[in-house]
Amino acid sequence: MGRYIAIRLALGLVTLISVTVLVFVATNLLPGDAATEILGRGATPETLARFREQLGLDDPLVLRYGKWLWDLLHGDLGQSLTTQTPIAETIWPRLVSTLRLAGLTALVSVPLAIGLGILSAAHEGTALDRVLAIGALAAISFPEFFTAYLLILVFSVKLGWFPNLSTIFPEMGFWESLHAMVLPIVALACLVTAHMMRMTRTSILSVMSQPYIEMAFLKGVPRGAVITRHALPNAAAPIIAVVAMNLAYLVVGIVVIEVVFVYPGLGQYMVDAVAKRDIPVVQACGLIFGIAFIGLNLVSDILAVLVNPRLRSPNRGR
Amino acid sequence: MTRLRIPPTAIFGIIVLALFIGFALIGPWIVPYDPETTVGRTWSGPSAEFWLGTDNIGRDILSRVISGARTTIGLALVTTLLSFAIGVSLGIFAAVAGPRVDAFLSRVIDMFLSVPVLIMALIVLTALGSSIPTLILTIALLDSTRVYLVARAVAVDVATRDFVDVARLRGESLPWIMAHEILPNALPPLISEFGLRFCFNFLYVASLSFLGLGVQPPQADWGGMVRENGQAISFGILAPIWPALAIAIVTVAVNLIVDWLLSRNVRPSGASAEL
Repeated sequence: MGRYIAIRLALGLVTLISVTVLVFVATNLLPGDAATEILGRGATPETLARFREQLGLDDPLVLRYGKWLWDLLHGDLGQSLTTQTPIAETIWPRLVSTLRLAGLTALVSVPLAIGLGILSAAHEGTALDRVLAIGALAAISFPEFFTAYLLILVFSVKLGWFPNLSTIFPEMGFWESLHAMVLPIVALACLVTAHMMRMTRTSILSVMSQPYIEMAFLKGVPRGAVITRHALPNAAAPIIAVVAMNLAYLVVGIVVIEVVFVYPGLGQYMVDAVAKRDIPVVQACGLIFGIAFIGLNLVSDILAVLVNPRLRSPNRGR
Repeated sequence: MTRLRIPPTAIFGIIVLALFIGFALIGPWIVPYDPETTVGRTWSGPSAEFWLGTDNIGRDILSRVISGARTTIGLALVTTLLSFAIGVSLGIFAAVAGPRVDAFLSRVIDMFLSVPVLIMALIVLTALGSSIPTLILTIALLDSTRVYLVARAVAVDVATRDFVDVARLRGESLPWIMAHEILPNALPPLISEFGLRFCFNFLYVASLSFLGLGVQPPQADWGGMVRENGQAISFGILAPIWPALAIAIVTVAVNLIVDWLLSRNVRPSGASAEL
């Protein structure tokens, strides 16, 4: 098993490197180059040449990639083209904000999703199950900004319970900033919960078709007890893997939600940089989102193996 | 012959989708006002004159929602068609061209799968600049890697059948086998996949427009309309809700149809690659 995990971790590292290549190549696809693009068509050849030299654009692509990666490994994310300040300084507080938003969302949505999934599976085919299924379908189908604007309309404008923007200042207290974060957390949780709930329900129901469950029913165990005592322990493996995988949905959802609520996180920083075509900033943000995404998928894979011994056996024969 | 029984949810989905496709087809002839000219005050509420009110520069929202149907649905449709053309041909090719090609293609695709589509699209659009052809091409290429997974899984199943071996022994060429033996047999599960991918692409196009990287103004498109009118929400004005609602309704409708198609033929692997 240790071997399997080692292989999986090594594969994760390879994926990570390939993502750095992908991000770097994607930002260098331009037929012209960044210098012409940023300084505009009217720039003189001399300023262009100086700017190119400053960015190191005259070096071959492979060399530039190597240098970029080397700097990354030393914690140097480069300089923003628009503000001329080191990206690392700006990005840290924003990363912390985003992690806080994502963490709180996970804290709310994971227990909720598993609870609702079990409830839905226990009442399979009833009106409750139908209502939950329709709710989940709606939450998945709605674009993030629709859910967000509906929440703002009801809880901020009509009821006045929460602020409509989640601008967080460093001097705000814990409870004050939490209060400002309620709506973005709820909006994000809607999306993630729906996915996880659906998959929890499916995992439990697929276990429910096993012979030992039939046996439990035949010996007269009530339905609720069959699910909690017999089905749930065996469905735990897929559910844990599904939870980690679905938290990856947060990576995508968080970008739009941060923009809607003007939340000072990584997603908003990236979108701002995209609009200004600040390539180094976009590279850095994209890389962080990519790492988060790969990391969650890796955790999901490893957890799935740890909790389900059957997945380990194919590797033993090799 | 078995009678075709369609559940009421799917019928609802089909009717709603038909309505919006109707808007997309005949929109320009049924809009009450020109969608690109100012006809009223800024952000006036719904009235007999303007059913859904007016937007940030006084254009009629109903007219813009109707004419936006063509842009937004059309973009998502073209993107999905292109994505399927690329993904399905690569997937089938990987299944019939031998283990080496398969392994190589699958590793390259794995690389793309390890970054979410929206994040990758943001990176590519920064480098290339945002225009409609770039948008379509970027999302189609990224999405085709997800289509590839499903197409390959289905095609690998079909490729082991005897009639494929027979075709090979007859001396048919690889493209002929792909088009005449594999594709027709792989088609049924791919149809529901098409609906699913359309939903995702539709939301990507809308989200990118919402973030300011999709269709450029003054052309009406739903994601962009939400963006333009976003600030109105703090005054309790419904202007950004209408285009967002249109997006939500179309996605729900397509999802209801897909759910019905899925329950008719069980989809093969690849369900986990939705991002």
